[in-house]
Parts: sequence; structure tokens; C-alpha cells
Amino acid sequence: MHPNWRSLGLVFLGGTLGTALREALGLLLPAGLAAGAPVPLTTVGINLLGALLLGLLLEALMRRGRDAGGRRDLRLLLGTGLLGGFTTYSALATDSALLLRDGAIGMALAYALGTVLLGGLATWLGIVVGAALHRRASARGENG
Amino acid sequence: MTPLLFLGIAAAGGVGAAARLALDGLVRTRLGGAFPYGTTIINVSGSLLLGLVTGLALNHLLAPEWSLVLGIGLLGGYTTFSTASFETVRLAQAHRYLAALANGVGMLVASVVAAALGLWAGLALG
Repeated sequence: MHPNWRSLGLVFLGGTLGTALREALGLLLPAGLAAGAPVPLTTVGINLLGALLLGLLLEALMRRGRDAGGRRDLRLLLGTGLLGGFTTYSALATDSALLLRDGAIGMALAYALGTVLLGGLATWLGIVVGAALHRRASARGENG
Repeated sequence: MTPLLFLGIAAAGGVGAAARLALDGLVRTRLGGAFPYGTTIINVSGSLLLGLVTGLALNHLLAPEWSLVLGIGLLGGYTTFSTASFETVRLAQAHRYLAALANGVGMLVASVVAAALGLWAGLALG
């Protein structure tokens, strides 16, 4: 198979799963936690969790070796596909624009900037955890 | 929601993610990889289109099923928060603080403005 078609297939598969997960959470959660909240809390949770996991995944893969073969496949399936499709930017932008349209300027700013800032922290935390897990795994490898 | 609609939304998200990979690759070969232009172009254009879809849906010009398939599915899968955030942190780790600020806050402002324009267009069409 042509490598481009293989990459597109892996990302399609991961993106389908990621979107299904985001959609399922959106269907299950609004009745409880997110109901009545001034900002879409489900989207916030999805984006922060996805940012953390992508930081962890990419750091762990990078520390295991160069981006080729099985590692590249995993990055495309789980990173670009699953977590890329699970998280979303268009909903963040559109919900912020809707808040602005309703005159809730402070809430729009808090939602948009808060998500980006906390997302950066979550990513950084994921990278730190990914690096620590790798160090522990390689220490175990040397001792055993 | 019917199982068929759920699957349709999910598969549309897969198509959006594959389109993101293709467009990012195209931008990377044209503009190089020094700054992640690809993700910015994807997130700003996807936000413009979701604003439009939302405006058309509010105007009852788009069936609710189609607004879910296109909005939550296609555009939700096409745009991405995790990659944008990762690229911003990588720029900051490389001490490229201005580039990190542009990728973090610049992309956000451009995307919200694009979504507002799309929303306005979708509402004005009614």
C-alpha cells in the first residue's frame, strides 16, 4: 500500500474513534455535570484530557526512538487520529463567539483564554509524566 | 440519537482528521516546519466553517442531523486542540516565546474572529 494511503487510513480510523468518544461524552454528560454551567464544561474536560494524553504519548514515543515504523503508526493512529479527533478547536472558538454575541464578554474571555492556558499546562504535565515513565522503564531495563 | 447518525458523525470526524493530516502535510512542504502554520490554518478555517454551520442551524436553514454530522463530526475532527497546545509548548521549550504566544493566543483570537464571521454570515443568510 502507498504510505500516504496507509497514513490517511490510520488517521481516519483514530479520528473516527476519537470523534465517537467525544460525541458519547457529550451525550452522556450534559444531563449531569455540565447542565446549567455558563461555559461548555464537557468540551473543557475533553480538550484538557486530550492535551495531557497527547503530551504524554508524543514524549514517550520520541524517547523510544526515531519516528518510523511502529512508532510512526502509533503516533498517526493515537496522536493525530484519536486524540486529534477527540479534542476540538472549532467548538472552543464558536462557543466563545456565541458567548460574545450574548454579551458575556468576561465569560468568553475566561473560557477561551482559560482553556488555552490550562491546555498548555496539561500538555506540559503530560510531557513531564511521559519523560518520567520512560526514565523508570529504562532504569528497570538496566537493572534487570 | 439513532445508531446510524452516531456512526455518521464519528465517520465524518475520521474524514475531518484525515483531511487535517493531508492539509498539514501540504502546508509543511510549502512553508517548512519552523512554525506550525498548518494547525493555525486548519483551526481558523474550521472555526469559520463551524460558525457558519451554527448560524445556518440557528436560522433553520440546515437540518439538525446535518449540523451534527458537519459540526460535531467533520469540523470537530478536522480541528484539533491537543496538537495546537503541544506545538505551543514545544515552541516555548525551544525559548521561542513570541512564536509560542502567536501559536497560543494568536490562533485563539483569529479562530474566535473567524467563528464570529461565520456565525454572522450564517445568521444573515436567513
